[in-house]
This record gives sequence, structure tokens and C-alpha cells, in this order.
Amino acid sequence: MAETATPANPETLRAARRSPASHLAPTFESGSVAGTVALKEIPFQTMVGIRVDRDSDAGARLASVTGGLPAACGEISGDERATTLWLGPEEFLVVAPESAHDSLGGDLVRALVEALGDDPGQVVDLSANRTTFELSGVRARDVLEKGCSLDLHPRAFRTGTALATEIGNIPAMLFKTGEDSFRIFPRASFADFLGRWLLDGMREYASPEVP
Amino acid sequence: MLLISCPNCGPRDETEFHYGGQAHVAYPENPDALTDRQWAEYLFYRDNTKGAFAERWVHSTGCRQWFNMLRDTVSYDIQAIYKMGEPRPDVNTSAATTPEGATK
Repeated sequence: MAETATPANPETLRAARRSPASHLAPTFESGSVAGTVALKEIPFQTMVGIRVDRDSDAGARLASVTGGLPAACGEISGDERATTLWLGPEEFLVVAPESAHDSLGGDLVRALVEALGDDPGQVVDLSANRTTFELSGVRARDVLEKGCSLDLHPRAFRTGTALATEIGNIPAMLFKTGEDSFRIFPRASFADFLGRWLLDGMREYASPEVP
Repeated sequence: MLLISCPNCGPRDETEFHYGGQAHVAYPENPDALTDRQWAEYLFYRDNTKGAFAERWVHSTGCRQWFNMLRDTVSYDIQAIYKMGEPRPDVNTSAATTPEGATK
């Protein structure tokens, strides 16, 4: 992993990369309805997959790096610098801003690898596995409800909750970051499909409501 | 659409799960000693129960964990959900023949 984390010339690689939904960026902008619902991609977030037993020593060491490991479905831990999402009883996803990646001067991956040491478990740099969509606005929940069968009402799905589910028939993580804002983590290969699905769901809110 | 209560994640749509066939099919103690017919029966032969049937499911788009389910193959009524490795629970099978609410 050290080889991929420290490329020979980071700036050259940085300029050459394309995010999975970069080709949709102008469409996202024109498809967003000011004050109602907006969609944008937050590319290149640092993501690290962790598999470890929470109750083991290695689990405790990893928890001290991430700011705790969530205990149950839906829970998250950490802060904006590094948020840890619950994927399974022994599986977690750390999401951090791009700058936390080791190739850009951060030390998140290295710190986690060192925390795990030689104990059973794994720490894998998954930054290229998923991209991030941010769907926000008063109609964001209505758009999501067209393709997601979870109960998204605020009384059931609270701010600061993240669930692995299906959105538009594809598997994705759904993270509620605010009252009217959601982050969606689809796998890179599904980014085009899900981006267009959400745009289609947003279209009706560009027109005046039919009474 | 079945609504399946994942032991880790709570009730989710059937489409988030994958089916794993009959539960409690034990691996043979000594596979070498089996005849070809016995081996084939272990590999390929499964019960085709009408009524309560114990089967394995995995929550593939959620927590990715396996669990066992006791489901009525006639009414689709889910009678019990229990962990891998646990014995099949005793459930009153008379309830199985009266589909109630959670049907196909």
C-alpha cells in the first residue's frame, strides 16, 4: 500500500485524475434548483475501509485514531476531519477530506495501518472505490424517496445517521449530514447512473407545483 | 416484496438480501468415506418443504452478514430469524398455515 500512497510526482498524478462524475458537473449545476434542491459531487474524498473486532486491543487502538468506532447500524463517530461510518458489526468506513490522504501530505492511512499493527483485521485505502454526492435543499428528501425504500422521515432518520442501502436499485451508503442535506456514497462505476437518476428525480421541482 | 428484519440493521426490503438455500446442512464428518451418490446428495439434494422451512439469507447491500430464517413456503410468513450456528427454533407451525398480513 505504501507504493500507491506515495507516488513519484503527486502533482502530475493529481492533475491527471478525473472523478467518476466529473463529466456530469455542468449537468448537476444546471439541474439544481436554487433554494429547492441542489446536487454536486465532492470528489476524491479519502476513504479507508477497516475490518476489526471492536472489542479487541487492535479495535481500541484504531478507535483512538478515528475518534471511536460506531457500535450499531446507523451510528457514526469522529468529526469532520475523519468520520467513521458503520458498515457491519466488524466493518467500518472512515471518510475524510482529500487532504487527509497520505499522497497529499496527510497521514490518515499510515496512522490506521500502524494502529492495526500485526493484529487480525485489515485497513485498506478505498479512496477510489466510492465517490461522494451531496444532495441538499428542502426537496432533497423527496428526491431520495423516489429511489430509496428506507423511512427517511426526520423522526426515523436523524441527522448524523448513515445507512447502507439501495438508492435507485444500486447499493450505496446514505449519510444524513444536516436537516436537509444528505451525502451519498455510490461505488465509482455507479456514479454516472446514480447522478442521472437523481437529476431525473430533481426535474419536477424546477417547474411550478401543480395544485 | 418481503420485509425482512436483519438482525443487525432492522427491517429492510427483500431486494437488499440474497438467498443462501437450506440451512442446517452439515458438512459430512468424513467426506472421503462417502460414496459418489452420498456426496452428490450432500452437494445437490435439498428439501422441498411445503410449510415452515429453515433457510440462510445474507444482507448483501447492508451489513453483509449471514443469518438464518424460518419462513413458511406457502404463506411467505417469516416465523423466526436467528443467528448462524443456532439450532432451529421451535415455532408453532399451526400459525404457518394462516397467512396474516406479511404475505407475498
